[in-house]
Amino acid sequence: MAFYVVQFLTGLASAASLFLVASGLSIIFGVTRIVNFAHGAFYMLGAYVAFTLTERFAGAFGFWGGIVVAALALAAIGVLVEMVLLRRIYHSPELFQLLATFGLTLMVEDLVVLIWGPDDLVGRRAPGFKGAIDFFGQNIPSYDLFLIVLGPVVLGVLWLLFQRTRWGVLVRAATQDRDMVAALGVNQKWLFTSVFALGVFLAALGGALQIPRDAVNHAMDLRVIVEVFVVVVIGGLGSIIGAFVAAVLVSELNAFGILIFPKISIILVFLVMAVVLIVRPWGLFGKPEAPARRTPGLAVNPWRPLTTNERLAAIAVLIVAAALPFVAGNYLLTVGSEIAIFVIFAVSLHFLMSVGGLASFGHAAYFGLGAYGVALLAKMAGLPMIACLLLGPLLGLMGAAVFGFFAVQLSGVYFAMLTLAFAQIVWSIAFQWVSVTGGDNGILGVWPEKWAASPSHFYWLSLGIAALAVVILRIIVFSPFGFALRATRDSPLRSEAIGINGKRIQWTAFVIAGTVAGLAGALFAYLKGSVFPDNMGISLSVDALVMVLLGGVETVSGAVVGAIVYKALNIWLVSQTDLSKLVLGGFVVLIVVAFPKGIVGTLEAFMHRRRKSSSSASSPLLTSRIESAE
Amino acid sequence: MRGYFVGAGLAIAVATMATGAVTTAASAQSEIKIGEINSYSLLPAFTEPYRKGWQLAVEEINAAGGINGKKLVVISKDDGGKPADAQTAANELVSSENVAMLTGTFLSNIGLAVSDFANQKKVFFLAAEPLTDAITWSKGNRYTFRLRPSNYMQAAMLVEEAAKLPAKRWATIAPNYEYGQSAVSVFKKLMSEKRPDIQWVDEQWPPQGKIDAGPVVQATAAANPEAILNVTFGADLVKLVREGNTRGLFKGRTVVSFLTGEPEYLDPLKDETPEGWIVTGYPWYSIKTPEHDAFLKAYQAKYNDYPRLGSIVGYQTIKAAAAILAKAGSSDPEKLIAAAEGISMPSPFGEITFRKIDHQSTLGAFTGKTALKDGKGIMVDTAYRKGSDYLPSDAEIEKMRPKD
Repeated sequence: MAFYVVQFLTGLASAASLFLVASGLSIIFGVTRIVNFAHGAFYMLGAYVAFTLTERFAGAFGFWGGIVVAALALAAIGVLVEMVLLRRIYHSPELFQLLATFGLTLMVEDLVVLIWGPDDLVGRRAPGFKGAIDFFGQNIPSYDLFLIVLGPVVLGVLWLLFQRTRWGVLVRAATQDRDMVAALGVNQKWLFTSVFALGVFLAALGGALQIPRDAVNHAMDLRVIVEVFVVVVIGGLGSIIGAFVAAVLVSELNAFGILIFPKISIILVFLVMAVVLIVRPWGLFGKPEAPARRTPGLAVNPWRPLTTNERLAAIAVLIVAAALPFVAGNYLLTVGSEIAIFVIFAVSLHFLMSVGGLASFGHAAYFGLGAYGVALLAKMAGLPMIACLLLGPLLGLMGAAVFGFFAVQLSGVYFAMLTLAFAQIVWSIAFQWVSVTGGDNGILGVWPEKWAASPSHFYWLSLGIAALAVVILRIIVFSPFGFALRATRDSPLRSEAIGINGKRIQWTAFVIAGTVAGLAGALFAYLKGSVFPDNMGISLSVDALVMVLLGGVETVSGAVVGAIVYKALNIWLVSQTDLSKLVLGGFVVLIVVAFPKGIVGTLEAFMHRRRKSSSSASSPLLTSRIESAE
Repeated sequence: MRGYFVGAGLAIAVATMATGAVTTAASAQSEIKIGEINSYSLLPAFTEPYRKGWQLAVEEINAAGGINGKKLVVISKDDGGKPADAQTAANELVSSENVAMLTGTFLSNIGLAVSDFANQKKVFFLAAEPLTDAITWSKGNRYTFRLRPSNYMQAAMLVEEAAKLPAKRWATIAPNYEYGQSAVSVFKKLMSEKRPDIQWVDEQWPPQGKIDAGPVVQATAAANPEAILNVTFGADLVKLVREGNTRGLFKGRTVVSFLTGEPEYLDPLKDETPEGWIVTGYPWYSIKTPEHDAFLKAYQAKYNDYPRLGSIVGYQTIKAAAAILAKAGSSDPEKLIAAAEGISMPSPFGEITFRKIDHQSTLGAFTGKTALKDGKGIMVDTAYRKGSDYLPSDAEIEKMRPKD
């Protein structure tokens, strides 16, 4: 019995650390709607700074003082980031801020190694909380007890802050309806800045408090960020109590789950999230989001098919691209094939995001399913390459059909997180089912047949399929189905009123996107000759998101440019410098500032303005977008 | 209009890559190039000393006149910890840098990906670090050789000591991926062969890099084992040890632990180093052989730092590559294979041989016990175990390894 009590308390201690970080993220998201990918980076920096301070200043005062100072210092950095970077892009398309914080995260990962060196750092134990307390023969570390107390204390302080101060009232009001708060004349700038600072403070505090039990290292951020997101979503976005309950739920299920299934930890949080979101689409304590009030940005600059001249230009570009094998060597051609494959992958996600209005955080699942489909067909059934390429993506199609059915019942970030959960479940199956998938050692020897084996042939194959995929998706965008899909995106209520079955339309779009992603995965398997669980991992999903956002989410085919720029730059930087993440992250941040609507989106807007000013006949009401509060 | 942008993007992409191609076109005839790939950005704690190791080797080789009079150049690439990126790098090294051979890699899945690439493109590959048994056995191929003692060999070394323990109830804690899984399964198999009386009472599989150490320690203690096998390393190991120390998990229990004696993983533990663990590792401070002394002196003189195991692996990888290239007198992969099969060479750990039967080197490892000295973890009672003594019989290997 004593054991179960101790295990429960241990779970609570884990929950407390998780809650500190999660509460900060939840507050930031609730008010600013920023998906703060850099939250893990602030957590890690908090730990690093606290390590330096606590090593320098010994004693109880030095230790606790060091932790608080570290959190405050990071909060100050947070203010700087918000004012210099994020303020510029609150008006950008949804999720664009994710791109900025992603760039920051990349930079921080390299910076901490530059500043603190590559070794794992083990900090001091907390003065006064070094030992353990005997509980009927079981030991409970006293630091765990400290954390168990700290969690509810922080929760209480936050509750008081939100319920009993004017600032808290404003924050809650903004969480519920930002436009209204803005309309009432509240200075949103400082509200956002202060909220961001508080969130970062909590993240850094959470990181700093890990010093006595963790090793500070450069991978801490990724270790925590996904899990924290999951906790926030399970609890319900913007709900602090929800974050607390979710943290306890996840930690306790893990603490007791490993007694029965020792391998459960790897997937547990995602299973919980999938179940919670299917049963309660807005998390445990979340409320349904009000229907979007703002006019979609696209209303000003409507999409249209390419004109004849533009088509000719596109064909000319394709011909130039197809001529690459006559001038380039084998390495460039293989890189070209890889870029073409990522163009397919990115446009499939772009289709879902920009046309369907559904941002998937787990799109790599269908890419990976396509790749595994090919690998299994080729290795187990021994099918020829053409058959594999045709049949492999069907696995992506099936996955998308099953998961998409559940996912499209949700919207916004909840949709994104459910797709992430499904992707992680698929990933863990590939990772754990060693007898079929080979586990993390993957499936080797999936090389193309002779006719496609040479780099130039494979390049033409990839380029051809990429061009085909872009054209087909564009045709769909401008088909009646595409219009119905866009109607559902722009106004679910109105489209339903004119008889459009929104969920079915979105589901179909999800399946189309999943199948095209599967096609990209199928090609990728042949390009690399092998398949690994990596091919459906989170980082690949994030890469795809970055490509789409970089290109411009409010465009028809911006992802093509986003994929080419990001992938080419990535490959080139990794090959040329050891600090590829620092440079790439800096580049992404620069792009975010220079092209606040994505590369293609901003260029299009620029062209559009020029055309307008030269004709200068249009009404100013239509040309300037109605700016909402975000 | 959009087509124009696409065109601009493509042009940028092509132009950036073309600059890479131009610089490489100027390769001199008087050089031999080796392509090296490792997870520099993902695992800097291991790969930084590793890089220093191979750079020292390059310097020594060129100071001694290069390889058959040609200057040795190592072109190094980062794989970011992703098999797909490792293949991109391998392709660049082979197709546009025209390297004579590929070396390096740390993670098992990356080692396997590059090994499969080498097999497909008919390139010689000397795997430095990946521990998976598959790379020389079940997924072995004729183009791939491996330097470090494999999972099986390290398990066999530890089993020799572990079997002497009186403990009968064993629990295991291992990261939930291929390395952890195969380390546990080989250890269990060899151990149960020597000691049929042993019971395996519990196993814990925390995700690699994400251990929630408190519950894991508590769950292990609840099974009340007499001895524990640990396979976690890095940050996970630190957390496990800290929780285990406070909760008294290791009191009165013997722990057998893979890799923990390597300075990369032992040093961060500082004064929390648990005592008496039976480990494999690298006690650079207590190895007193002329070969190692020479290496240690050169390393400390160049870097003003002590070597980690990664330094040895990096150093010996390039030394081995150079020895193979010198013996082959050519960069033709078939000649390299012929030269590498059965080649013997000196190393800081004594003479090693690359076996013909499975392309595994006989580089060994040190076993010993952990201890605390001046607030730092060290290995004591160390013994070098030659790799050749801890390999299965030829008949068993032939059964596992696919025919070329």
